[in-house]
Amino acid sequence: MAETTASTRLWNLARGMLRTRELPLLLIIVVTIVIMANRNEYFLTTANFRAMFVGLTPTAIIAVGMVILLVSGGFDLSVGAVLALSGTICARLVLDGMEQPVAVFGVLLMGAGIGFINGLLVTKLKINPLVATLGTLSIARGIAQVLTEGVSISGLPATFGTTGSAQIANIPYMVLMMLVIVIIGDLALRHTRALRQAYYVGSNENSARLSGIPVDRVRIFTYMLTAFLAAFAGVLLASRLMAGTPTAAQGLELQVLAACVIGGASLTGGEGTVLGAFLGVVFISIVSNIMTMEAVSIFWQQAVTGFILITAVAFDMLVSRRNA
Amino acid sequence: MSAALLEVQDVSKSFPGAQALRGVSFELLPGEVHALMGENGAGKSTLMHIICGVYTPDGGTIRINGRPVTLTSPRQAQNMGIGMVFQELSLVQGLSIAENVFVNRVPTRIGGSIRWGELYKRTQALMQQFGIDVDVRTPVSKLNITTRQVIEIVKALSLDARILLLDEPTSALPPNEVEILFQTIQRLKARGIGIVYISHRIPEVMEIADRVTILRDGQRVATEAISSITPDDLIEMMVGRKLTDLYPERAQDTGTELLRVEGLSRDKAFRDISFTLRAGEIIGIAGLMGARRSELLRALVGVDKAQSGSITVQGRSIQIHSPQQAFESGIAYLPAERKTDGLFLKMALTQNISVTALRLFSRWGLMNPRAEAAASKQFVERMGIRTPSVQQLVGRLSGGNQQKVMLSKWLVRQPKILLIDEPTKGVDVSAKVEIHALLRELVRQGAGIVFISSELPEVIGLADRILVMYEGRLVGEVPAAAASEQQLMLMASGYVASGEK
Repeated sequence: MAETTASTRLWNLARGMLRTRELPLLLIIVVTIVIMANRNEYFLTTANFRAMFVGLTPTAIIAVGMVILLVSGGFDLSVGAVLALSGTICARLVLDGMEQPVAVFGVLLMGAGIGFINGLLVTKLKINPLVATLGTLSIARGIAQVLTEGVSISGLPATFGTTGSAQIANIPYMVLMMLVIVIIGDLALRHTRALRQAYYVGSNENSARLSGIPVDRVRIFTYMLTAFLAAFAGVLLASRLMAGTPTAAQGLELQVLAACVIGGASLTGGEGTVLGAFLGVVFISIVSNIMTMEAVSIFWQQAVTGFILITAVAFDMLVSRRNA
Repeated sequence: MSAALLEVQDVSKSFPGAQALRGVSFELLPGEVHALMGENGAGKSTLMHIICGVYTPDGGTIRINGRPVTLTSPRQAQNMGIGMVFQELSLVQGLSIAENVFVNRVPTRIGGSIRWGELYKRTQALMQQFGIDVDVRTPVSKLNITTRQVIEIVKALSLDARILLLDEPTSALPPNEVEILFQTIQRLKARGIGIVYISHRIPEVMEIADRVTILRDGQRVATEAISSITPDDLIEMMVGRKLTDLYPERAQDTGTELLRVEGLSRDKAFRDISFTLRAGEIIGIAGLMGARRSELLRALVGVDKAQSGSITVQGRSIQIHSPQQAFESGIAYLPAERKTDGLFLKMALTQNISVTALRLFSRWGLMNPRAEAAASKQFVERMGIRTPSVQQLVGRLSGGNQQKVMLSKWLVRQPKILLIDEPTKGVDVSAKVEIHALLRELVRQGAGIVFISSELPEVIGLADRILVMYEGRLVGEVPAAAASEQQLMLMASGYVASGEK
């Protein structure tokens, strides 16, 4: 008898852990790393991982905002374009002689402003978020192209590249910043009153409104946060590349969304964690890193991301049968 | 050979962690209305789902017209002559009656174009059979709810069904139109169709059913002829014990004025509404669909805006623009639809309870889950919420327990004034009694309550005073102790019959 209860408890524990998305995902990541480390001696090297994490930094930073937005039932396609626009404007301003901190500050403000507009379109004009942010995507990308006439802005002063290339204890400065944002974002989404409201809004907007949650304010805030982080990622990328590129981060929005969903967020709102989204980003990056090492065509990589996305969601449906 | 249309014998069904049905037998005769009653969780819907092929039973047999059958899908059940109408109406709003009735079987020419003439003719013929006088080209969106329900039944029967399952068919109907549905049911009986009638509403069952089978805890308690039992017997069998009083005792005296509404109007909704609410008092608002009772409550908490009139709360005249502001003035509003407007089904019980008072459960902007859990435990105890833990997802609780969670979440803020839209909608008898007692206890402690109910016995039983609304106006006021259903129905239908007006 005692044995049955013990095994039942173990089973329940296992099921409980399977239901959270982070742990299984972490396990898969670890297993993948172990397998690859044995297959390819260059995989588990500091150089490879440093390159990989520098590469995923902008995606991960945006994913922090995006997952919070998804939790509140929102959706933003414009992040990649906002990133590109921020990078080009920042480069332009610096090149035109503006003090760097002032330029960065201005660009971040602009990012928040774009988020504010997205938020207003969705809450006040009640435009579907997909349509609204598809609109801002085109506008932001278009302006970035107009400002640069389609060519990257380069020739920036060396000081502009400090943030993008500096290291602390052999870890790139921007990766550290990204990790800090992820940790703060995760703790904030789990524990702060302000972001708890995002879960209420995303779970049931009507109930939230009738319960006295300032629904529109929460929505506008989450759009602003997402666009703000996209602008920040744009500045970091510009600093790393020493250039403002109008065509940067094409299709990044889909990668970020895929990562969030793989990490347990739901497009219908009310579900998701920052840690899950971050692990989603890491997983996608590892997979594409592997494919690069195995000399799989770059064109296949996108297809594989799609395959992982569908597998993750199907797995979720089967394990938790979330019909309640 | 047996004369029964449908025989269910010793059927059992278990789900992981729960035995839903234990050896239940049930029989339906031609031309019979056989009511199926029981509290939430008694096994009614499991039995219903077995009969219409959604679930396969673990054991037992089902016979249709004396022949044993195995039902594996709703479609197969339909082909065997079982028609079903569920609580949620399934008609497509934009399409015509005819297209809805023949939804999968629209007559077509070779090549797939619809033979409209044929479609209309066939639907019209069907409507005539059931004595319904409508233009079958009318889009469903233009029909009132009762007609839709009737059309739904016709649709279910259009496959020559001889067995009809009706699940709470009157829950959405205005009280004065229930008769229309009952006339349809009488016609079906006359044609030898057997009807399984599931309902919580005892007076209805007493009126329309021939026999009743009562389930409790997955077992059959009894099958009785309606003529041989009383409503009290029914309740006792469902609950498993005697419920002495369905409604708590009324208040003896009332206190100070909590709420004064004067001349409140909102375009196209209601006009010139004035009333007062005192501490210790429960006011019930009676009215039919279209009386705009819910709109009135929504305007009082600022969900909708009133254009003119004044609201005075505890002597202070205030303007209410948002629900949030209403709470700060001590007013709570419990909407009728707990699933869509009241609760967060995917979230834990604790988080559902704390939502109205997040500041109370946080410090320096950080949530304090321990405080949330502690407060939730108190409410679980005080309200008698049955749940395995306070971390349970609210979507997994029964209707009655969900309703209690919804009440708790507002009581967290200790409101002085509660506006409640349908306090016991879709809740079983014993939870109903408990909720009524809780509401009475609240006013005894100094709160005041205004509620709406579509069940007149509840309005009369729970309220101290009854206001009657008709088409957006208050048409009368009656002390509950002296009210009768008949009188309220007359007033609510626009016949002015109160003493004062």
